[in-house]
Amino acid sequence: MNAAATKSQESGTLTVEDLKVYFGGAKRFFSKDAATVHAVDGVSFSVPAGQTFGVVGESGSGKTTTALAIMRLVPITAGKVILGGTAISDLKKEELRSARRRFQIIFQDPYSSLDPRKRAGDIVREPLDLMQIGKLAERDAMVAELFAQVGLRPEQRALFPHQFSGGQRQRIGLARALSTRPELIVCDEPVSALDVAIQAQILNLMAKLQRDLGLTYLFISHDLGVVQHICDQVAVMYLGQIVEQADRVSLFTNPRHPYTKSLLAAVPTVHGNKRDRRTRLRLKGDPPSPINLPPGCRFASRCPMAEARCRQASPPLEDRGDGHKVSCFLV
Amino acid sequence: MAEDPLLSVKDIVVDFKTRYGNARVLDHVTLDVNSGEILGIVGESGCGKSMTALSIMGLVPNPPGKVTSGSIKIDGMELVGMDVDRLRQIRGKDIGMIFQEPMTSLNPVFTVGEQIAESVRLHENARPKAAMDRAVEMLAAVEIPEAETRAKAYPHQLSGGMRQRVMIAMALACRPKVLIADEPTTALDATVQAQIFDLLQDLQEETGTAIILITHDMGAIAELADTVAVMYAGRVVEKGTVDAVLSAPQHPYTKGLITCVPHLEPDPPVERHELMEIPGVVPALTELGKGCAFAPRCGEAIEKCSGEKPRLLATGDAHVTACWVAQQERAQ
Repeated sequence: MNAAATKSQESGTLTVEDLKVYFGGAKRFFSKDAATVHAVDGVSFSVPAGQTFGVVGESGSGKTTTALAIMRLVPITAGKVILGGTAISDLKKEELRSARRRFQIIFQDPYSSLDPRKRAGDIVREPLDLMQIGKLAERDAMVAELFAQVGLRPEQRALFPHQFSGGQRQRIGLARALSTRPELIVCDEPVSALDVAIQAQILNLMAKLQRDLGLTYLFISHDLGVVQHICDQVAVMYLGQIVEQADRVSLFTNPRHPYTKSLLAAVPTVHGNKRDRRTRLRLKGDPPSPINLPPGCRFASRCPMAEARCRQASPPLEDRGDGHKVSCFLV
Repeated sequence: MAEDPLLSVKDIVVDFKTRYGNARVLDHVTLDVNSGEILGIVGESGCGKSMTALSIMGLVPNPPGKVTSGSIKIDGMELVGMDVDRLRQIRGKDIGMIFQEPMTSLNPVFTVGEQIAESVRLHENARPKAAMDRAVEMLAAVEIPEAETRAKAYPHQLSGGMRQRVMIAMALACRPKVLIADEPTTALDATVQAQIFDLLQDLQEETGTAIILITHDMGAIAELADTVAVMYAGRVVEKGTVDAVLSAPQHPYTKGLITCVPHLEPDPPVERHELMEIPGVVPALTELGKGCAFAPRCGEAIEKCSGEKPRLLATGDAHVTACWVAQQERAQ
């Protein structure tokens, strides 16, 4: 048996090949030069089953659009998304609907992602009914078990979302995502809206669930400390493309792309102090708009090292050994 | 003894009437800020850090809120109980404030130049032309490129980082003695946050303005502030120089705040540890018992903790803590 082939077929393995998501453009009938937003522009990566893949970047970098495209919640312009041997980017209608039990999502804002008029138990039960999971008589017990799994008490099933704190609501979101026994959970900034003391509780819970259930996580965040803590592999995105990708230790100990370096330098940490912060690398300005992209490297306009050739051609994302990939001519 | 601090908040108490009873949102908060100093206030949501800012600005919503007792002095002038017109002259002139969300705190129907000029006209009786010149000058000072053109822009035409720079320009236009920055970079990206922090630090070094920085980010405190106050359930539980508090935190809540956050390490270990947790949640302010508000979540609590509220007492040089356990250890 071919080991490599079976590995990518293994349930929970996520492979993304040259994913592109463009908004606007050609479809506009009345306007000739309608703008196209290149939200995600040729993103490829793969995540082994049971691992956590982190995507970091600033707003507008395309990290959330990548997550939504993998969830099939925005139209994919080009490219493939393969989960455990199934090309979910090719699925249509009923096929897609029934495959959705295999990949679930939790959102950033636990306040707006739960229906305020439904009881917590019903919110968690809904996917079971929709996907016809388990026998009707068993579903109540399944919901109670899911509540216990995420650290809520079974009697809290009768409460409404507003009766829970932010951390508890994120637990309900997790229970709902777990209800269909998915292989992959896409986590879009799952702890950003929570207080720091609550963040730790949710991150520990997520790590435990991954160990117990063998889940694969795609973890989207702008918080580099959180990503460093929870992820096995990390990709840094800038304007719709991955500029650097490596395993967690390699990326943080040896960042190579100038954007990654300046992003790391921008984060204030408790190890820092007032005197040292002035010596750090600083980026000027904001990222350019993803509508009129300049030719060449997308980071060139803010890059402290950029040369003439950076403005002419795009550097490819190349493996520089041990799977540490960088797209930059100069490093 | 050193000269009096520029801003002195002493034993301020703020009560809110609610359906569930009286909520004491600030309970004998005492803070001093000297000119040229940055004081950081940290804590979770609901701990009273924003309410401290509002009480200094005289903006506690009344009703349902009320400053019950205490004193707030700026340059020796008492602000508590001052009449509204007088307070309005001081707000924006002696005390400037930057809010968390720059989009909602700027007026969408005026250009940013007009909005900055307005405060100069009101507080310094400047002519419109002179006020506008000052506005452009301030925009240049906060490093907005092409300040003259940008002064004619409306808020929606600027990026988030630019809007926050406009807010800073507006707050500093009348050269206030104290600037209160309430989570000034929460809505911004990391690289833009670093630019705004640099700017605040530069402006402060030039003008000597005292800054109160309200944040939940211990990293920002470490890199920006000189002194820090940690708040929990309306009280200051630990206070001191940043070096003292961060290198040797005494209160279990401060320790928790520092260790429960996954800090970015330049050299992460291969083996990962489980994060420390602070169990439970912040208590409702209407249901506080007579003991230390943190006791139910505290791993180090002793019998005394649930019986009597600890006061802030010295636990080191330039370092005070309100914790029975820390004070006992210190005494031994």
